[in-house]
Parts: sequence; structure tokens; C-alpha cells
Amino acid sequence: MMACVTTADDTSSELSLRVNGTAHRLRLDHRTTLLDALREHLGLTGTKKGCDHGQCGACTVLVGGRRVNSCLLLAVMAQGTEITTIEGLARPDGGLHPLQAAFVERDALQCGYCTPGQICSAAAMLGEAAAGWPSAASASLTGPVTLDAAEIRERMSGNLCRCGAYVNILAAIQDVRREAP
Amino acid sequence: MRPFGYLVPPDPAAAIAAVTGRPGATFLAGGTNLVDLMKLGVATPDLLVDVTGLLPHRIEPVPGGGLRIGAGVRNSDLAADQRVPGSGCPARAGDHRNLAILGGSPHCVATHPSDMAVALAALDAVVHVEGPAGSRALPLGELYRLPGDRPDRETTLERGDLITAVELPAPGFAARSAYRKVRDRASYAFGVALVAAALDVDSGVVRDARIALGAVAPRPWRARTAERMLAGRPATAEWFGRAADAELADAAPLPDNAFKITLVRNIVVRMLCELARGELAGAAS
Repeated sequence: MMACVTTADDTSSELSLRVNGTAHRLRLDHRTTLLDALREHLGLTGTKKGCDHGQCGACTVLVGGRRVNSCLLLAVMAQGTEITTIEGLARPDGGLHPLQAAFVERDALQCGYCTPGQICSAAAMLGEAAAGWPSAASASLTGPVTLDAAEIRERMSGNLCRCGAYVNILAAIQDVRREAP
Repeated sequence: MRPFGYLVPPDPAAAIAAVTGRPGATFLAGGTNLVDLMKLGVATPDLLVDVTGLLPHRIEPVPGGGLRIGAGVRNSDLAADQRVPGSGCPARAGDHRNLAILGGSPHCVATHPSDMAVALAALDAVVHVEGPAGSRALPLGELYRLPGDRPDRETTLERGDLITAVELPAPGFAARSAYRKVRDRASYAFGVALVAAALDVDSGVVRDARIALGAVAPRPWRARTAERMLAGRPATAEWFGRAADAELADAAPLPDNAFKITLVRNIVVRMLCELARGELAGAAS
């Protein structure tokens, strides 16, 4: 945790955010969420604002490799962390992340608004399952996780798709899971 | 949202002093609840004191077989720790699924939606608090309060009190336990009725029972009337039903949620029957 150099009466801070491998120095009103910092101050508009209340998952990004709703995290709290957005998931050479490629291949979207959140969420979710984190859909709380359709649905339930593209979102994630070593 | 200051104090004592000394100050931890309440104008602090980095982040065994869970442990890590009873169960699903339920209304009728607190109530959790007056430990049942004439206050914590850890004592009996959550949709939703239950049965007789109910009262509800009634009684659906009825006899539902009494009664009876069957089958084999 970085020490913050404000006094109790300052309502903004000079802060440093590390996003997709690049450090950014910003002065931000403390009210600024990470979501608004990304979109309005850093021009990273891939991350979407849906409900702005942590209910829809459109704003999902990775903070220290973990998926979070960036609408509920104040930017000032994200100092000292490594933030990854949909713009940073692709390979350095511009090649698509396997989940991005699978979403294209499976046509796992209609309007696409929830897609960046779905993909960031799925990227972290695959890691959680590989690490053996159980879910409410797990048959065993101690064994390795078998990432079947019910498990994926449960683990992705924080990401809503109003177009109802769930069938193909599930298929895309299953494709990547099967290809994973 | 009202403008606010932000402080990262060097240690818990400084954090407690910062909040104690300023009426508009409040602790900031995960933030998923507080930030949302601030967006809605329900919480209007003028200073956030970030304790995220100050709270213990470890889960440690304590003498006697219990576990001490640092208040800084993320719910996702807690759910993944196999030493913790019920890791992975729905009581811990979703670490950022919080919604505003309490307002300043004098007619506050919100039920407490937490899953984890219900499981903790059944497990006899002890909450460790540091505050301006020093350290203390209190049973979970003394942490939450009923609204009374202060519906804005959900807990008995005073200004500057900081929860530093939750301790789960070793269960006093080798019980089978379960958690059941009934909700409007299959995932990512608050429960309509929640039950945490543990049952110790010997030769068809209940030796000990623990039952906690959720989403039916403004705080997690430990069903002590039912527990007392069941001790020494036959482990049968009839007695489970009688105990649930006794517990719910004084319930005061509102017109639109009266269904919850029948619902939670049926969940309790069914869970206890299932636990009893498992226990009996286990003993026979």
C-alpha cells in the first residue's frame, strides 16, 4: 500500500496508476472510480460503464490478476497495483488473447457492450478454477475443479448480457478451457 | 457524491484515532458496499480512512482447534481456504455483491441480506474489535442489533471501532453442517431465505443442534428456541417441525413477506432431516 501524501482536508490526490504495464501520473478527485479514471482520464474506453453499482459486470478489469468491478473501486485505492484492462489482454504483437479469439469465433455477442467485462472476467475465472477455488456449483469443496457448463455459468454469473448471448459466451469459454494446457 | 478526504494511516491505532476524532470520517476497507452507498447518497463521509493495508491478512489456527481469520482476508481467499468450514459454499459466494439496504428511515423494515454472517452466527464466531477504549472480543450475536429507534445503526460498534479479526472456535461436537440459500434466481442474488444448520445425532436422538436464519430479520437470527427444544429429542421431521414452529411463533411478518415464515420453516425441516439421515447413515456404516 502506497502512502498517500494528502491531508485529511484535501479532496483530490496526485496519484500513480499502473495500467497495462504503463505508469500514469494523475491528479484525481477522490470521488473518481477506477472505471472513470480509465475511461475519462486515460482514454481506455474498452472498459464499459453499465449499472455503475457493481451489479452488471460490464466494468470488470483485473487488479493484481483478480477480477474486480472497477465501478466500486476508487482510483485512489488502486495505487500500487497492476491493473489490466481489455486493451491490455491482447498480446504485445497485437494478436488476440485466446478468449478474444474465441468470442469472435463463436460470435459470443450481439451488441458487444458487456464483452470486455465478460472476457476480463473469464480470464480471471479460468485462473481461479485452475487454482482450485471451489464455487457454489462445485461437487466437492476439496477436489480439483471440473470446469463444466454449470461451473462456468455459476462463476460467470456476475457478468450480465442483456442481449442474451450466454449460450455462445459459454461455448467460447469452453473452447479456451479445452485448449488450455 | 460529496467530496471527501482520503488517508492511509500507518497503523490501526492511527486509523482509529483518525475516525474517532472526526464525526464525518469512516473506515474504508473493500469499499464495495461503502462506495455504492456513497454513490446513492446514503453514506456521506467527508474523510475515508483506508485500512485495507493495515488489517491482518492471515488465517491462523488458534489453540483448541479454532481458526482466527484476519479482517483483511479477502472473501475469495476465505472461500478457497479448505481449513474453513464450508469453504466454497454459497454463504461465501460473491465478494462484491453488496447493495444498499439500510437507510435513515424510522420505519426501516429491511432484512439483513448477508450470507456469511448467518454461517458465522451458527459457528459461534467471535468478533475481535479494536477501538478508542482498547481491544475487546464479542460474540457475533452481540455485534448485530435490531433497529429499535436507531434503524441507521446495524451493529453495536461505536465510532472508531475497527474489526480486526473473526475467530471461529472449534465446533463443540462432530456435527454435519449445511448451508442453504433460496433465492429468486440461481446465482448472483441475495437470498429470500437462508439457513445455516449443524446437527449432532446419536442413536436417533439429537445431541446438539445449531440453526441460524438469514434474510428474515434485520440481523442474522440464531434460532436458540428451536435449538433448546431439539436437544434430547428424536431426530424426526415431526420434532424438527415443532422446533421450527416454536422459533417462528413470535415472528412478525409484513403483508408482502409473510410467505417467508412457511418458506424458512420448510427449509429448516428439510435440512435437518437431510443432516439427520446423513448422520444416521454414517453411524450405521
